[in-house]
Amino acid sequence: MTAVEARPGRVEVHGVHKSYAGVEVLHGVDLVVEPGTVTVVLGPSGSGKSTLLRSINHLEKADRGFIALDGELVGYRRKPHRGTDRLHELPEKELLRQRTRFGFVFQSFNLFPHLTALDNVVEAPVSAQGRPRAEVEAEARELLARVGLADRADAHPRQLSGGQQQRVAIARALAMRPAVLLFDEPTSALDPELVGEVLEVITDLARTGTTMIVVTHEIGFAREVADQVVFMDAGRVVEQGPPEQVLDDPQHDRTRAFLARVL
Amino acid sequence: MTTLDTRPASTAPPAGTPFDQLEVVPARHPGRWVATAAVVVLLAMVVNSLVTNPRWEWDVVGAYLTEESIVRGVLTTIELTAITAVVGFALGTVLALMRLSRSPLLRAVSWGYTWVFRSVPLILQLLLWYNLAYLYQHLDLGIPFGPSFVSVPTLSLIDKFGAAVLGLGLHQAAYSAEIVRAGILSVDQGQHEAAASLGIPRRRQTTGIVLPQAMRTIVPTAVNEVIGLFKGTSIVYVLALGELFYTVSVIYGRTQRVLPMLVVAAIWYVVLTTVVTVVQYHVERHYSRGALRTLPPTPLQRVRSELGDVLARFGAPRGATR
Ligand SMILES: Nc1ncnc2c1ncn2[C@@H]1O[C@H](COP(=O)(O)OP(=O)(O)OP(=O)(O)O)[C@@H](O)[C@H]1O
Ligand SMILES: [Mg+2]
Repeated sequence: MTAVEARPGRVEVHGVHKSYAGVEVLHGVDLVVEPGTVTVVLGPSGSGKSTLLRSINHLEKADRGFIALDGELVGYRRKPHRGTDRLHELPEKELLRQRTRFGFVFQSFNLFPHLTALDNVVEAPVSAQGRPRAEVEAEARELLARVGLADRADAHPRQLSGGQQQRVAIARALAMRPAVLLFDEPTSALDPELVGEVLEVITDLARTGTTMIVVTHEIGFAREVADQVVFMDAGRVVEQGPPEQVLDDPQHDRTRAFLARVL
Repeated sequence: MTTLDTRPASTAPPAGTPFDQLEVVPARHPGRWVATAAVVVLLAMVVNSLVTNPRWEWDVVGAYLTEESIVRGVLTTIELTAITAVVGFALGTVLALMRLSRSPLLRAVSWGYTWVFRSVPLILQLLLWYNLAYLYQHLDLGIPFGPSFVSVPTLSLIDKFGAAVLGLGLHQAAYSAEIVRAGILSVDQGQHEAAASLGIPRRRQTTGIVLPQAMRTIVPTAVNEVIGLFKGTSIVYVLALGELFYTVSVIYGRTQRVLPMLVVAAIWYVVLTTVVTVVQYHVERHYSRGALRTLPPTPLQRVRSELGDVLARFGAPRGATR
């Protein structure tokens, strides 16, 4: 494989609360993701899956609770103050640097339409990490080959199919050498026959020991790839455990009802 | 494709001849021909009246079109427009970014600027700047509320041209700010999120991700503004500044040849506008990369392909292949 192997990343989510305009959508979520494992998050629409994922890389700021990556707080720094500790919000620059440890793959791809596939992948490593362009370009070509798009490097996003765009987006996230990859319904915007090619790439990444949190409705994928399945409903984690337990022997009525609907 | 028909061939192709061996007859458009004829007649009438009516005084137009003072006026108009456009859009971009920033103070200042400079008529602003020396005899450079290091008389800094550039540029900035802001707002929210999630530094998010995409919306309106400026700069005749319109009016005031001089000015304004329109086409094409699946042809390519079509129509009949 390529030289771009993700570093291990242990994610801890502790009692995270989040409200939008006074309406609480996350009511204290706890979650631990061990390095090198795959966590699949399931749940009905509006249950807060995207909000949780976006809180993890601090695209949204949690109102209460905290998130840590490899023991380091996301978005804050701890400083002693008069015998106790205080949390200082990170300045924007450091927050951006911290974010590069997470790779985020969006449901709607969000590729930069004015840049070619190659430049989409090259942009952030050069501008955010200050790596030399030539080196990043060589690596980007390898990454595009890895997601099966070696020959489309010079195409613009609108000249690519949905599945191809999402694979470029995955390559773009990988180029930052993130510790953790976050996927928010990566296949929901795709035609059914394109879902397979994207899941294949993600499955392949899982085998190389990349830490991943994947929000998806693909139960088959969860069963095959997940180390841990988390079921969320109405802003809470209702049930979590290995796939055979959560998917085949759910303990909660709400989990059972949800699975009955999607299976 | 296989044909179902197996009868022996006669002289006329039988009904079952495969499609790809049949002659293609292009559709006729009788309505289009009638409309074309009507337009041609109208155009001929206009041209005829322009040529045969002696009051247009084409000889005077010809004599003055490239006369030295006129050319100098044209150059001043170009200069004024260029400086105003650059100042206007540079300051306008800053104002737009301020307006979209998270700082309430910056937002308020930007809003206030746009409010004031859009409210006061341009002609008033120009005269105000020109009379600045009356309000402040000296302009000082130094520590705010403290001592000043350099002090220059206002009149030496803001002459006619200075007042014109200041007035036009600051006024233009207020309008440009709204154009740039609209462009930035037209960029999908997901683009900001993707850039933020990749940790791209804020300045680069703006210059590398957002503005290039905003340009697609900005360019057509911006060019509109520049074309408007070419003609709008004629307002500085109130300062008796020798741009095209003022020069022309001085000449017809002297010679009483009003109409031909207006034609001279009109011709130059058309030329300037045409040049900008051509530039616009290519700038738009540049920024549509990635937004369109295939780039539109350049005007030259289009003329060539249309000529080709017309020639083909009158040439030998062809099969279904193009
Ligand atoms: N920016 C926002 N402003 C206000 N409410 C929001 C915002 N974002 C999300 N919400 C609300 O928060 C709740 C959780 O939304 P979220 O997008 O996290 O759900 P989800 O589980 O990802 O759903 P889906 O499966 O449909 O993507 C929803 O009720 C939603 O309406
Ligand atoms: Mg969602």
